[in-house]
Amino acid sequence: MKYALLIYDTPEAWSDRDESEVAEVMARYAAVGLDAATVGGEQLQMPEAATTLRVLGGRDLVTDGPFVEAKEYLGGFYLVDVPDFDAAMEIARRIPAASEGGAIEIRPVVERNR
Amino acid sequence: MIDAIFRESWSRIVASLTGLLGDVELAEEAAQEAFSVAAERWPRDGIPNNPTAWLLTTAKRKAIDAIRRNRRTLVGVDEGLIADVEVMTVPEVPCIPDERLELIFACCHPALAPQAQVALVLSSVAGMRTRDIAQAFLVTEETMKRRLSRAKAKLRTAGIPFVRPREEHLPERVDAVLRVIYLIFNAGYSEREDLAADGIWLGRVLATLLPDEPDAHALLALMLLHESRRRARVVDGAFVPLPDQDRSRWDTQLIDEAYERLARALATGHRSAYVVQAEIAAQHSRTPVDWHQIVALYTELHDHEGSDVVKLNRAIAVSYATSPETALRIVEDLNIPGYHYLHSTRGELLDRLGRAADARSEFARAAELAPSGIERAFLAERLSRIADPGSGISDVPIAEDR
Repeated sequence: MKYALLIYDTPEAWSDRDESEVAEVMARYAAVGLDAATVGGEQLQMPEAATTLRVLGGRDLVTDGPFVEAKEYLGGFYLVDVPDFDAAMEIARRIPAASEGGAIEIRPVVERNR
Repeated sequence: MIDAIFRESWSRIVASLTGLLGDVELAEEAAQEAFSVAAERWPRDGIPNNPTAWLLTTAKRKAIDAIRRNRRTLVGVDEGLIADVEVMTVPEVPCIPDERLELIFACCHPALAPQAQVALVLSSVAGMRTRDIAQAFLVTEETMKRRLSRAKAKLRTAGIPFVRPREEHLPERVDAVLRVIYLIFNAGYSEREDLAADGIWLGRVLATLLPDEPDAHALLALMLLHESRRRARVVDGAFVPLPDQDRSRWDTQLIDEAYERLARALATGHRSAYVVQAEIAAQHSRTPVDWHQIVALYTELHDHEGSDVVKLNRAIAVSYATSPETALRIVEDLNIPGYHYLHSTRGELLDRLGRAADARSEFARAAELAPSGIERAFLAERLSRIADPGSGISDVPIAEDR
């Protein structure tokens, strides 16, 4: 089964880290990215860079900022292909944000053309 | 007879079918249909030699029918699955692989909300009807039906595995199962006898399936000890506190079974909240009660799960081991909002110290907060006895160790 591991982070988690801590955390992210079960994933720019679009009656309604304003922001995601939920959770547990003030949302992907 | 077979077979069949189909909802529906066929035929034709195997074969056929029906309406039904179900053999001898443990672990998976875990265990493992589960948890049948089907859908769509958890996660997963079983038992502690019976039945199943798990034996011992006093705890609809109970009404068979289970847990040297609580409950069954030992056990329990409820129970033991004054000093520092035992305990201690007016207001508050009619009635009656200066009875309604 495929799962999206949505990484929710807090700004403090990053601002509180010094240079060597940032390098160490990035290395742990890289390790998750290199896992054999990881089939995709990206780190996203900070929410300040986000733009939200709605199309109402054929007209663009554009707002500056993310769709949901919250303390935690969606910082990135991994796409993993694993046998079951427990295996997805094993990988999610290794994502730094999980144990450092943030959280990982584990979402199964809808399976098509079976 | 047929009811007993149903009860014992239900979880075996749901577990086997879930293992095969990967879908608890489908498994339960097929099992339900097989049981209906049996309820109609067995009284007429007699009970088959191997009723569980008969039920499983029938349920398997019903599952194939259901999958074929769904194939027309659902996209993506696995063709291979039907082939798998069709070749699934049912042995003539009773050696159907026992997959109940996998079922129990799936139902108590941490990805499910606690109330969903409880409902799933009652429905899929204990075979309780949705209507009865709804009644036990004071929600409408419709609400419970939705809760169950959401939980079953999540098991399926989230890909929650039907396996024994990996060794390194086993302790926490076993804890979750124990918590659910104890919750079910406690829901039946005062009035719902059927839930208490289900809790004990589940406890026995778990202890059989995990014979090396000391906490499974300890939890079973704890539940058996509480249950052994049921006939003495509620007499003619009235609540009787532990020190006043007629011990001849205790169920000695359950007590003996509890002692055996507790001995198995203690033999491992494992110390946990369940082991300590079972030891406390066992101490209460002995004559005379060793209050110093109980104080020591509550102190240990507080190390495992430090809570004001534990401190409150420890204070009651202190009141007998040392003095009511010492106990009152402990209890006065506790703050457990809405907890009727806190107030009834204060009432008891104040009454024993001759402070009738203070005792009365505490009992009145306890009666307001008590969750069950039986306990409310007891507290009202207890309150009325304070007015009698000659009574001097020093019974503690919550010496019941929970």
